Amino acid sequence: MSQPLIDYCIAQGDDALIFGQRMTEWCYSAPFLEEDLALANVALDLIGRAQMFYQYAAELADDGRSADDIAFLRDARSYTNLLINELPRGDFAFSMARFLLVDTFNVLYLEQLVNSSDSRIAAIAAKAIKESRYHLRRSRDWVVRLGDGTEESHQRMQKGLEEVWGYHKELFIETAGERELIASGVAVDREALYSTWSKQIDTVLAEATLQRPEDGWKVVGGRDGIHTEHLGHMLSEMQYLQRSYPGVEW
Amino acid sequence: MSQFKYSEQQLEKAFQARVDAEQKIEPKDWMPEAYRKNLIRQMSQHAHSEVIGMQPEGNWISRAPTLRRKMVLLAKVQDEGGHALYLYSATETLGVTRDELIEALHDGRAKYASIFNYPSLSWADIGAIGWLVDGAAIVNQITLQRTSYGPYARAMVRICKEESFHQRQGYESLMVLANGSPEQKAMAQDALNRWWWPALMMFGPHDGESAHSAQSMKWKIKRKSNDELRQAFIDQTMPQIEFLGLTVPDPEMKWNEQRGSYDHGEIDWDEFQRVINGDGPCNRDRIEHHKKAHAEGAWVRDALRAYESKKRQRLAA
Amino acid sequence: MSSEQQLKLFEVFVRSKRGLDHKHVGSLHAEDAEQALEYARDCYTRRSEGVSIWVVNSSDIVASQEEDAESFYDPMDDKPYRHATHYQLPDAVNNM
Repeated sequence: MSQPLIDYCIAQGDDALIFGQRMTEWCYSAPFLEEDLALANVALDLIGRAQMFYQYAAELADDGRSADDIAFLRDARSYTNLLINELPRGDFAFSMARFLLVDTFNVLYLEQLVNSSDSRIAAIAAKAIKESRYHLRRSRDWVVRLGDGTEESHQRMQKGLEEVWGYHKELFIETAGERELIASGVAVDREALYSTWSKQIDTVLAEATLQRPEDGWKVVGGRDGIHTEHLGHMLSEMQYLQRSYPGVEW
Repeated sequence: MSQFKYSEQQLEKAFQARVDAEQKIEPKDWMPEAYRKNLIRQMSQHAHSEVIGMQPEGNWISRAPTLRRKMVLLAKVQDEGGHALYLYSATETLGVTRDELIEALHDGRAKYASIFNYPSLSWADIGAIGWLVDGAAIVNQITLQRTSYGPYARAMVRICKEESFHQRQGYESLMVLANGSPEQKAMAQDALNRWWWPALMMFGPHDGESAHSAQSMKWKIKRKSNDELRQAFIDQTMPQIEFLGLTVPDPEMKWNEQRGSYDHGEIDWDEFQRVINGDGPCNRDRIEHHKKAHAEGAWVRDALRAYESKKRQRLAA
Repeated sequence: MSSEQQLKLFEVFVRSKRGLDHKHVGSLHAEDAEQALEYARDCYTRRSEGVSIWVVNSSDIVASQEEDAESFYDPMDDKPYRHATHYQLPDAVNNM
């Protein structure tokens, strides 16, 4: 049993679950019906991804906890998702800006994670990369269309980008445990992805006629359980049934 | 148009002959204006019901108790959106646009299933909605697979294929509650108590009092009467209630050996009218939510059109 | 709100498996063909019903005039031999 590997799986699961949970908020509130369905698909992919990582973590830990226990019975301080995933839904432009930053990262990351020396991780990545490629296709298209659409959509898109920008640095920060896993070929070197990520984002922003925001501010802390205040509210809602009626089947 | 050669009565007679011969009417066929209007009313009401129905269930996605339940519910709510899309798409073949249909929903000219004006108050409601509301809908929709208008019938075939998952997941979820802790069982019973009567109301007024029934039957838009469908639903659902160990909230419910059917108590038609006419707990919330999401999406839809026209101009240049 | 022009209408065709024709499944609204394809995937193949999708701008479809009143008004019952009721069978072979 490797604690860094368990922590890693839980962190990956947290990233996917918290982002997925947030994006379900669109499922009957999108700009039109077709987009309701598309966003629900993305959220389903993310929650399914979380379940696979938690399941593996539960098997590795072998301490009697199920994947659901991991998802529903930890407090905010024990969640290690990156902050960008927990930020409130925002308007459609903010959501698409966040998707662009995360999806671009995820595709680069998963493309390498499919070669993980851990076969289970590699298998999860192999499924996830297909989904993320599709997510990225969507978010890129949306950012370009909204950036180069009307005056209003351009302004909203630029504003959404500015608001989320300070949270992207965290995508490239590795924990000590993660570095061990990178050394053994289980995990992927995040820092090394930055320059490609940066170039790809620039290409999309140029096509979208958007300005790349200044790197003036950044917020980090998710991996250490230092979250925004938004996460606690999300969890209290998400965990309400499990907490109110402990130990029963659903 | 060679149609001028024929009188309205002749065309209508031929139309009815086609319907009587169980042939489908297709979008470009001649059809009586009243048939078209009746279809638009019924199909758009059906589409709006799917859309508004996303709300009471969507209300619990964030609180679903396990990852599996969350995914199942999200997939189900997404399916409702898909069904709305199939139905709007079929309605648009009658020469109306989706925007016009949505406008009619917003200003109250178009209706949706009144049951969605009730609130989903506990997790058990999600099971009850899947089991009873979708169950009642399926009874109706199965007969609509043979409805006379082709695009509507085909949409119904697709929808029915998907609906059985909805009903089964609802029942499965209630089975867990009914066999769970005393609190969970009480939750399940409470949900049945609140959703049973509205589910029966979904089939509409008694045959004699239904405003559109007779003509709709003649045109084979409707295939079975409200009361026939309601009885079929009760007969199929009563054993399911017993299996759960729950009690139907109708003291007059009794098996009638002679009829081979259940006799049941009378529906509270005053409540039915009250809720349809706007005094249900959620009427305002449902429409307000839809209006708000639609209005907040306007700039996105505008942007799409603007981008598309810029792109075309660039290609032309 | 009513002055707003809606997104374009696309017809969707899905090939459910190799060896079969693309079949019309319905329509959807999108800005352009690429977006229509993506939405077709999300809206019409949620249960992996398709291996290939076509989308066609609805206004680009040229249709035959199926409802020429002539053919419509042709008596529907000029081939009575096509109907089961045309054949009188003895009661002994009822329910056929």
